[in-house]
Amino acid sequence: MSDRIADPTAAEPVRDDDVRDDAVVMELLASDVALVDRLRAGDEAVFAELVNRYSAAMLRVAQLYVRSRSIAEEVVQDAWIGVLNGIARFEGRSSLKTWIFRIVSNKAKTRAVKEGRSVPFSELGPEEPSVAPERFRGPEDRYPGHWAAFPSDWARIPEERLLATETLAQVEHAIAELPPAQAIVITMRDVEGFDADEVCDALEISEGNQRVLLHRARSKVRQALEEYLDAA
Amino acid sequence: MQPDPELTCAELVELVTDYLEGRLPDRERRRFDEHLTGCDGCTAYVEQMRTTITVAGRVPAPELPPELQERLLEAFRGWRPPE
Repeated sequence: MSDRIADPTAAEPVRDDDVRDDAVVMELLASDVALVDRLRAGDEAVFAELVNRYSAAMLRVAQLYVRSRSIAEEVVQDAWIGVLNGIARFEGRSSLKTWIFRIVSNKAKTRAVKEGRSVPFSELGPEEPSVAPERFRGPEDRYPGHWAAFPSDWARIPEERLLATETLAQVEHAIAELPPAQAIVITMRDVEGFDADEVCDALEISEGNQRVLLHRARSKVRQALEEYLDAA
Repeated sequence: MQPDPELTCAELVELVTDYLEGRLPDRERRRFDEHLTGCDGCTAYVEQMRTTITVAGRVPAPELPPELQERLLEAFRGWRPPE
């Protein structure tokens, strides 16, 4: 998807007045080592490109911790300052991307605590069935635990409706309603397109917890989407 | 060896993320696939889950205030790279 900024192979052309060849810049951006070297050397074009590439995703994540748009913007700014201050110590044990997101996540977490909120990733949220139990046949039925009525076939829904602004707004709203840890994980995985390892690394959570949070989040967002799409 | 009992639909919906993430052990994955083959309801459910993921990936990015980028570049100019 072309609008995914989280994909390192899909870097946008650098806005740069230099005469440097785009292909050279692309190559540079594909390698963390080269990027970090350029940053340490004070290369503003590289910094500008990183800011362009990640700030919107950072803002989206920060907002799930602090809930206020203006505070989230401050968190993003603080995070970039943190990146600059920490770049000398970056050792490449994580990718530059996950390292940046670990910084924004930690800054946002600290800020959330100051605002009287906290986002504990050890709390996976209440253990609830992924689908309401009344959607399934009861124990006295001939086929207990099977669908009472099948979920509808979304392949029949035209793409214009699935991807309509209103549908996307419903999904965004459903994500915002989730417990924060679930909202953050589904946002990084499904909205921003991070892979599981990147999320675990950035949020410093176990693979198992990441998967439980993702499962609960996706199940609820699916349900919200179902309520919206099937109501029409 | 006793054959594994069949999955119910209510059980399958709890395994769908493990399935899509490729984290089900082989034997569980086979039970899952066998259930899907015979169940239109669960096939539709898994498809809904996939669609949910696709739609989530299309939620537009928040707009950044232009002055944020300006402030950051200014901060960068004032920053001294480490020796």
